[in-house]
Amino acid sequence: MADWIEIGRVEDIPKPGSRLVETGKGPIAVFRGTDDAIFALHNRCPHRGGPLSEGLVHGHKVTCPLHNWVIELENGEAVAPDVGCAAPVPVRVADGRIWIEIGMRLEVAHG
Amino acid sequence: MTTAKQKLVVVGNGMAGMRTVEELLKIAPDVYDITVFGAEPQVNYNRILLSSVLAGEKEMDDIVISPRSWYDENGITLFTGDPITAIDAEARTVTSESGRVSGYDALLLATGSNPLVPPIPGMNKQGVCTFRDIRDVETMIGAARDHRRAVVIGGGLLGLEAAWGLKRRGMSVAVVHLMPTLMERQLDVAAGQLLQRDLDRRGIAFFTDGQTEEITGETRVRSVRLADGREIPADLVVMAIGIRPNTTLAKAAGLDVNRGIVVADNMRTTDPRIYAVGECAEHRGQCFGLVAPLWDMAKVCAHHLAGGEEMLFTPPALSTRLKITGIDVFSAGALTAAGEEDDEITLQDAAQGTYKKLVLRDGRLVGAVLYGDVADGAWYFDLMRQGTDVADIRAGMIFGQAHAETGGKGSSGVSVAQMSDDTQICGCNGVSKGTICRAIAEKGLTTLDEVRAHTKASASCGQCSGLVRQILAASLGTDVVAEAEPAMCKCTDRTHDEVRRTILAQQIKSMPELMRTLGWKSADGCAKCRPALNYYLLCAWPGDYADDAQSRFVNERVHANIQKDGTYSVVPRMWGGLTSARELRAIADVVEKYAIPTVKVTGGQRIDLLGVKKEDLPGVWADLGQAGMVSGHAYAKGLRTVKTCVGSEWCRFGTRDSTGLGVRLEQMTWGAWTPHKFKMGVSGCPRNCAEASIKDFGVVCVDAGYDLLVGGNGGIELRGTDLLARVGSEDEVLEYCGAFMQLYREEARYLERTAPWINRVGIDHVKARVVTDEEGRRTLHRRFLYSQRFAQNDPWAERAAKGMAAHEFQPLRKVG
Ligand code: SRM
Ligand SMILES: Cc1cc2nc3c(=O)[nH]c(=O)nc-3n(C[C@H](O)[C@H](O)[C@H](O)COP(=O)(O)OP(=O)(O)OC[C@H]3O[C@@H](n4cnc5c(N)ncnc54)[C@H](O)[C@@H]3O)c2cc1C
Ligand code: SF4
Ligand code: FES
Repeated sequence: MADWIEIGRVEDIPKPGSRLVETGKGPIAVFRGTDDAIFALHNRCPHRGGPLSEGLVHGHKVTCPLHNWVIELENGEAVAPDVGCAAPVPVRVADGRIWIEIGMRLEVAHG
Repeated sequence: MTTAKQKLVVVGNGMAGMRTVEELLKIAPDVYDITVFGAEPQVNYNRILLSSVLAGEKEMDDIVISPRSWYDENGITLFTGDPITAIDAEARTVTSESGRVSGYDALLLATGSNPLVPPIPGMNKQGVCTFRDIRDVETMIGAARDHRRAVVIGGGLLGLEAAWGLKRRGMSVAVVHLMPTLMERQLDVAAGQLLQRDLDRRGIAFFTDGQTEEITGETRVRSVRLADGREIPADLVVMAIGIRPNTTLAKAAGLDVNRGIVVADNMRTTDPRIYAVGECAEHRGQCFGLVAPLWDMAKVCAHHLAGGEEMLFTPPALSTRLKITGIDVFSAGALTAAGEEDDEITLQDAAQGTYKKLVLRDGRLVGAVLYGDVADGAWYFDLMRQGTDVADIRAGMIFGQAHAETGGKGSSGVSVAQMSDDTQICGCNGVSKGTICRAIAEKGLTTLDEVRAHTKASASCGQCSGLVRQILAASLGTDVVAEAEPAMCKCTDRTHDEVRRTILAQQIKSMPELMRTLGWKSADGCAKCRPALNYYLLCAWPGDYADDAQSRFVNERVHANIQKDGTYSVVPRMWGGLTSARELRAIADVVEKYAIPTVKVTGGQRIDLLGVKKEDLPGVWADLGQAGMVSGHAYAKGLRTVKTCVGSEWCRFGTRDSTGLGVRLEQMTWGAWTPHKFKMGVSGCPRNCAEASIKDFGVVCVDAGYDLLVGGNGGIELRGTDLLARVGSEDEVLEYCGAFMQLYREEARYLERTAPWINRVGIDHVKARVVTDEEGRRTLHRRFLYSQRFAQNDPWAERAAKGMAAHEFQPLRKVG
């Protein structure tokens, strides 16, 4: 069931970069690309749980700060040769404000 | 008039199949429309070098042979991760797992082989793998990260390379081998024993005469049980007992198959439209497991695919080498005398740890086994292939080419200049010295990479790179050949040095402008190039360029070290390792106030507070700042610590005030950003208690003055320092230090520490700039001090008191 929550403005996130949103269902990393595209992922690297919000953002990807896995922001998939997925969180931007949908499945999709 | 192209389908995107396609494109680029199916998800890579990837000597990226763009540029349709499951030889179609059906005029089978898996219980447990493809290597690297004990089953070439790689990655490794000695198919007993002794010394345990009976464990493997009752604990089991040609498809299609797919001298199977090359093929009863013969097959097969009739495959003589750094083994032909008519010559030098055996038949060399000193391998191999009559040199030949040809006056080993033109240099690709020399002369080649591209010499297992480089150097008349500098990363073809030159020459002062000017391929770079560019700009334009926090690794952005659980560690600066009651009290208070779980004395003479929550960082820093402490930059590619010993103030041997000098050095240099981290040490006498001789810049005080040492490293690869100069006063120490650091800042590549930098440019270059050229030294030192004007702001104070980068330390929002 959709449960959209406003979490802040696009300019609140460094460009390119990321901020953390604490939720009752665990931390969520919200990313902003140089093109102002916004993405959200559960803040757990599929490798060993590294905090993706602390990674370096480039293109639509983030490099995990712990062991340099590269994760696609669109779908949370690790870039080959690594395999795994950080569960993506639905996100919308309306009028410069960012909304995320929580209350959906929180387990990692697979991997 | 155009004729329709014929359709060639290749099954197997591996080394032999793709080499055939390369050869075909060379001689007949327009005959076929080519479609390739590969079972593996990757493009064609150099399987041989998986051993080097496992040992951490190469990255996956380095071993790709043909990137996807190569397939595109040559109009080849590539399906990866989609194996062919059936051939319909009547209809001339193949069908893939995903249901693609492709028609063909010619079909090439290059399916390689599968690792042999013994029928023992427990093979399907987690943590059991083979050693054949990228997936296996990833499994092993993953296991080495998370687990401790590995057992490798099989003491042949592959098994030993796997064992060594896992050992290098920090696992404790045991090898189980069915036979009494290692690599028994390539080495005689004596050489096998020497090999086992040397690997044993490197910490690998051996269970020879070991028959594996069972792999135990619940879901994950727990141990390997041998038939004689021995049980070896294991978290990872690697099976490397041999390979079997992959012939399933061919058999189902009704082709003749024995051990491998039967092919004639022209590489055709029993169906004239179907060819087979590589490890899956069997030629006159023989299957192959090394690349050299496969390259010949590829050439012959391409020739026939292109419509030729003449070229026929004859198996070349084979030689083997083991790719374990520091262990030299060479073997070719017969290992021992087969009977009365044969003759053996052996030479054993226990002191040097070398062993040589030559096998002679009818006055000709038919086998060679070399251990420890393999310099003459190419020469012996050549004598064997040529069938040279060696009667005249028999007496001295065991001592090597130089000895044999100079009648005993030469030293051992032979220079490339002495080698004849038809000496084979690259065994894998069958390239002779003459071919290499001709390519260098005709095409004007100057780098190893170019020689590799034009001749393929050293392009496969890479063991002969050294020889090829020597030949290149001799042809060019130089002593050494510079390695071609690789591109910075996948975002660009530019090298680090090119980028730095462009920044200065074109006065570029921002990252977007730099990327635009140099035609960066990605919009905003990647995690490899952005931190490097940020550093280069910062170093070139102190005061002008605004540091880009978003291009820094998290540690340098939040000025603390991230830990594996996402908390941080805080290391305040302790000048020259000195501290005081006030500082210690402040630390104690902070530890209690913020419930910091661990306090540790570091190896760099200061105190580490571990497990600080990110949002507490500004508070912790504010409190430490109150007591006058600043960031220790324990996270920075920048100045770390200056370790000192007590020196003349207290120590009965101290010649000078090493502690005071250390503090002065640290005060001059703290806050400086460098290509990689930079550590110093100052010892008060040659007993060197501050370990100055493994620092980036070290000082050892002696009666006559100060010895300045540079380029040391105590980390992954130990390197002792080089002596830069001896100077007479503390002020000179400071000036030399500033100049040296600035030279390093301006010339080294990002993430290159002083040790590899000096290895690359040579200590003489550093001396010329810092010691001989006095005016140059002063200029460098001045530039260093100028940039320090902008670098020496305590990042902690800026964040704690002035609220800088506050967004870093608080969540955007808390909900739920
Ligand atoms: C804390 C400390 C260990 C300790 O408890 O004593 C330490 C901890 C780490 N070291 Fe170290 N090293 C520490 C002294 C050393 C020393 C000894 C020394 O400096 O005298 C060495 C060998 C000397 C040398 O560097 O030549 C050392 C060689 C390394 C290396 C290998 C560097 C190399 O060039 O080979 C790394 C990896 C790297 O930098 O890429 C490393 C990396 C690390 C990292 C940063 C790993 C990481 O990326 O997270 C560790 C951070 C832990 C943390 O959060 O604090 N650490 N490390 C020491 C901090 C000293 C300080 O006060 O700043
Ligand atoms: C770790 C290691 C180290 C080695 N070291 C050396 C060395 O030092 N020197 C040396 O000479 N040799 C060495 N070798 C051997 C060398 O790598 C092989 O001889 C060579 O790769 C064989 O080439 P190939 O094309 O026959 O098989 P491969 O390179 O294995 O290619 C076959 C490809 O076909 C694919 N395939 C199989 N079935 C299908 C199907 N039905 N449909 C589509 N695709 C399929 C496979 O997935 C594979 O990608 C080493 C091998 C390994 C594993
Ligand atoms: S502190 Fe240094 S040696 Fe210890 S585990 Fe970390 S990186 Fe390795
Ligand atoms: S936890 Fe992300 S790369 Fe290891």
